[in-house]
Amino acid sequence: MIVALDTILQGVLLGGLYALFAAGLSLIFGVMRLVNLAHGDVIVVAAFALLTLTQRLGLGLAPALLLTAPGMFVLGYALQYLLLNRVIGKDILPPLLITFGLSIFAQNGLLELFSADSRRLPANGLENASLALAPGLAIGIVPLMTLAAAIAVIVALNQLFYRTAMGRAFRAVSDDPTTAQLMGIDPKRLFAIAMGIAFAVAAIAALFLGIRSNFDPSIGPARLIFAFEAVIIGGLGSLWGTLAGGVLLGLAQTIGAEINPEWQILAGHVAFLFVLLARPRGLFPRAVD
Amino acid sequence: MSLLATHALTAFYGDFQALYGVDIDLEPGETVAIIGANGAGKSTLLRALVGLLSAEPDAVTFDGRPIGGLAAAQVMRLGIAMVPEGRRMFPSLTVEENLRIGGDHRKGDGRWNLATVYELFPALRERRRQPGAVLSGGQQQMAAIGRALMSNPRLLLCDEISLGLAPIVINDIYAALPNIRQGGVGIVIVEQDIARALSVSSRVYCLQEGRVTLRGRPSELTREAIQEAYFGH
Repeated sequence: MIVALDTILQGVLLGGLYALFAAGLSLIFGVMRLVNLAHGDVIVVAAFALLTLTQRLGLGLAPALLLTAPGMFVLGYALQYLLLNRVIGKDILPPLLITFGLSIFAQNGLLELFSADSRRLPANGLENASLALAPGLAIGIVPLMTLAAAIAVIVALNQLFYRTAMGRAFRAVSDDPTTAQLMGIDPKRLFAIAMGIAFAVAAIAALFLGIRSNFDPSIGPARLIFAFEAVIIGGLGSLWGTLAGGVLLGLAQTIGAEINPEWQILAGHVAFLFVLLARPRGLFPRAVD
Repeated sequence: MSLLATHALTAFYGDFQALYGVDIDLEPGETVAIIGANGAGKSTLLRALVGLLSAEPDAVTFDGRPIGGLAAAQVMRLGIAMVPEGRRMFPSLTVEENLRIGGDHRKGDGRWNLATVYELFPALRERRRQPGAVLSGGQQQMAAIGRALMSNPRLLLCDEISLGLAPIVINDIYAALPNIRQGGVGIVIVEQDIARALSVSSRVYCLQEGRVTLRGRPSELTREAIQEAYFGH
């Protein structure tokens, strides 16, 4: 009983991390129908930025994040405005190829700068702290913070989307970019802002990734797969769906690992395939596509 | 000075030339109708005016200022609002959000806001929380006009606002035009329904194959002249 409860709890908490990986991907797809194949590498870039600020400059994790997130926003904005906006359009292939190239570029750039060594963000023992809920049932502080951060990010993005003029503009551009221009909206600037926000969210994801596990320049694509699956399970373009997708993925992996440790990753992929079979448009597809 | 004027305006879709040197002008507060058969270049003209098609800078002037070739978003911020053909409600936005977005990026001086738009089209107030796409065609047209008004434009471009609507609904929509004009707003109406266009406008331009073939006041134009300009020989 305790074991089952523990498995479910850990699964939900792991889902928080996947939802954080996926939130930026979901946002970008929702606004501009762009699949960023470099999203996992963007998270790794942010993780190395955090590592540099904490190790070289001796900053704490919180100040490092406060510097990295705006820095990533600027990087995302510039990347979209100067590069991706040139290829975005009716054909989805060119932006896909560009982001694929960016993924290779980021991995090799990081390899050159930081070597292939495995790194970890210093959390001063926080990574091992836990809350004992009952005998034999404890939850880690960092996984709990991860899930809380994921929920906070999703809530914040939803508020932005459904409560502000900028959110209206995001949805309008996603519906009909031509008519949106007639409303005085510049789609290219809006796309750049969306990419900037996705990059800033990637910095938050990077913080928790870097505390919880080792990272090196090559792990981006593996993070991308989990993020992808979370977005697809949840339904393209739905932010709450992305959170649900992350949690479902986390649960499937944890339950799989409980049965046989070798099955952890496989169980996640199998759950993803089952969702695709049963609900090809995901659990919470947007009404309008 | 004219509020809007075009000077030998040309427009292309790729290699295909759709407008061959069109000259029109419009005074503040005036309603001008553009009539013509399908493919005559009416919608193309509007698209070139708002910056959805590229044009030479001096080919379009607004308040004496060259605006040809400006991006559509910039043109809108100068005070030209368009009611696009087919209404083009944003399906992911509620009716009220569809209205709000019209004024999010330009709040010109004027009386139009959510309250006055609902006063003009009371049917929209009842359905303001519903998605923009579930409205009837006539209500969508009202919402599209209201959305354009929310920016308090100085010039309102209406593309085929009667298309696909029942005559009684068209009456309701056209009944709102004098009210809109009261504030000194210039209106350009593109219309296939000639009688309707003549009844609300002070001047008419007829386009045929990308050229102006007739211009004048509705009272001065004979049926035969219009027919000739409309269909050619």
